[in-house]
Amino acid sequence: MMKKLMLGNEAIARGAYEAGVHVVSSYPGTPSTEITEFIAKYDEIYAEWAPNEKVAVEVASGAAIAGGRALSAMKHVGVNVAADPLFTMSYIGVNGGLVLCVADDPGMHSSQNEQDSRNYAVAAKVPMLEPADSQECCDFVKQAFEISEAYDTPVMVRLTTRVAHSQSEVILSPRAEIPVKAYEKNAAKNVMVPANARPKHVVVEERMNALSEAGNTSSLNRVELQDTKIGIITAGIAYQYAREAFPDASFLKLGMIHPLPKKLIADFVSKVDVCYVIEELDPVLERQIKAMSLSVRGKELLTEIGEYSASLLREKLADMQSKPVYEVEETIPVRPPVMCPGCSHRGVFYVLNKLKLAVSGDIGCYSLGYAKPLDSMDSIICMGASISGLHGMEKAQGRKFAEKSVAVLGDSTFLHSGVTGLMNMVYNKSTSTVIILDNSITGMTGHQDNPATGFTVKGETTRQVDLKQLCHGVGVDLVTVADPFDIDNFEKVVKMHLAAEEPSVIIAQRPCALLKKAGYTGCCTITDACKNCKMCMKLGCPAISMTDQGPVIDETLCNGCGLCEHVCKFGAIVQKKS
Amino acid sequence: MNIMIVGVGGQGTLLASRIVGAAALRAGQQVKLSEVHGMSQRGGSVVTYVKYGERVDSPVIEKGEADIIIAFEELEAYRNLPYLKKDGVLIINTQKTNPMPVITGAMTYPVHIPETIQEKGIKVILCDALELAKKAGSIKTVNVALIGVMAKNSSLSKDIWEGALTDAVPPKFLAMNQQAFTLGYQS
Repeated sequence: MMKKLMLGNEAIARGAYEAGVHVVSSYPGTPSTEITEFIAKYDEIYAEWAPNEKVAVEVASGAAIAGGRALSAMKHVGVNVAADPLFTMSYIGVNGGLVLCVADDPGMHSSQNEQDSRNYAVAAKVPMLEPADSQECCDFVKQAFEISEAYDTPVMVRLTTRVAHSQSEVILSPRAEIPVKAYEKNAAKNVMVPANARPKHVVVEERMNALSEAGNTSSLNRVELQDTKIGIITAGIAYQYAREAFPDASFLKLGMIHPLPKKLIADFVSKVDVCYVIEELDPVLERQIKAMSLSVRGKELLTEIGEYSASLLREKLADMQSKPVYEVEETIPVRPPVMCPGCSHRGVFYVLNKLKLAVSGDIGCYSLGYAKPLDSMDSIICMGASISGLHGMEKAQGRKFAEKSVAVLGDSTFLHSGVTGLMNMVYNKSTSTVIILDNSITGMTGHQDNPATGFTVKGETTRQVDLKQLCHGVGVDLVTVADPFDIDNFEKVVKMHLAAEEPSVIIAQRPCALLKKAGYTGCCTITDACKNCKMCMKLGCPAISMTDQGPVIDETLCNGCGLCEHVCKFGAIVQKKS
Repeated sequence: MNIMIVGVGGQGTLLASRIVGAAALRAGQQVKLSEVHGMSQRGGSVVTYVKYGERVDSPVIEKGEADIIIAFEELEAYRNLPYLKKDGVLIINTQKTNPMPVITGAMTYPVHIPETIQEKGIKVILCDALELAKKAGSIKTVNVALIGVMAKNSSLSKDIWEGALTDAVPPKFLAMNQQAFTLGYQS
């Protein structure tokens, strides 16, 4: 028996491999990214990065209709993008199994909101499984495919950050050789026009009732009957916290969190004196259990905000306070994330800050441009919203506003959902300026390839989308490619674009500093020529700090990108030869 | 056994925690690790947890629960002090990296952090891991040098730690990291 310590996400990938999955299409997003990265390592599985989650789920849907087992993985906000195909695939069902893995981010470690994707399972009427550790990640994906094919439905598998990004042991099994089923033309099943969709809705409701019934005896749902004074209904990571806080209590640990096994729940509640429902974020389980006229306690004691912990549960449910042994008696500086030394975005934000422009921002490493001292991002909504948002700003504020505002977004974000906004700008006569921060990679999620990089998720070379041609293709005549580290020129380009009364795009091109092809070596140093003018401090580079003796460069952090050399008016910063 | 590895994004805390996890697995224990990926990795405060024993439920270590904290940076050692258990051990790499509020001049970097912590009666092991890493051939081996320091102070055998290194470190970088581990172990 082969055992391995695996990240939850790696175990999901292993489960997909063992389930005989054929096709995987995903878009990266923390905390889900590694699922697809690990899947891509299996030669037996076709895997790809799609430009966005909607495309990914549609690819997986097509693969499932065509008879293959298919999977798509995304972060919680990715489901918003993919919701359109999801809701109708619930009606169509599958041929080969179809599984959507979605990773929620309670506590917002790396997200713009804290939405609870369990609501999607309820709304789209699809079953949802929730693993509590890596072994269950692997097992539940396999069971998800069984359920998908047995009940003719897509199945969602929900993770949270602490499951996706925790490691625990997994027992490895061989891959099941599942042949791709025959493709069959079947309009009544696969063509969702009203006449076909109406009878399918009836099927969907019957399916969910049947699944709820099956949940009463499914091995996915487990009763651990111990001391019956306290009963706890829980799932996922909340089970781990509750189990640590109340090791002697009785548990109903749900593996299938939608639809709920009504008889099993009623039976469990009847056996315990007090029953708590413990779930992070929304009271999704609690609401449904209370609607069954059962007496349970939950959100009147526990918060809907952030992550739970064993000590939080002890405090709120048992009034047991814990106090740290050692305290820090002074206020110490926080350490927020920052753009890396050598970051290609730094030059852009330096210029935007200098010109005091309004900046419609987007999702990526460059979101960090909002922070001081660069302080150059006025709004961030969701992937792609920088462009469409800027267009709305111009329409509300008028042409004058377009002369002092820009949208900024990365290459991957532009291809995800920015290009549609750009089409809208052209179509509806915008005069605004868009800056595509082309660092040749999807940066924030840890270097994934995208349609503009020239490589697939498997590392094979492929045709690159030409961003400049793409912009021209949708009707933007004024497109300039510029190096953001050539600060003087970049400033001129920005001013020229702002003055032009037409929609325009600047492609700020420079590879991510963490890529080999950035080619930075050595480090910079500050010489005696320094006049202490603090210009270099305006870059917000983590490698440059102010001391009583003036600015100094930390050699362990500096990678010699040379941007500070450009902004120093006294030639006091030089590359140090190593 | 609860071990926390804290530092600044980019310092290699992930690999360090995976080495500790591999060692505990070799020792036949149930192991859970909790990591941080994504935005906070970009130069922010990072924390990883390694828990092992007969049964581990939550993968997260809470305040007052850590047996050992390995801090890759002084301010991060200080920040995470409330997580240390009574009689817990704090290993501090004597390296300082200024956070943005210090860089912009909004706040100052606290002075005498190791001394302040020692005054609380805490067992502190100070180590200049950057120096050891340079000796090993790359400043990127700071993480493994610190694992060497911890290994010396742990209940697991040196064999287990050396095996864990081969489990967790890519073969290409193994020799250099073995050197860093040895330097940490002997320091």
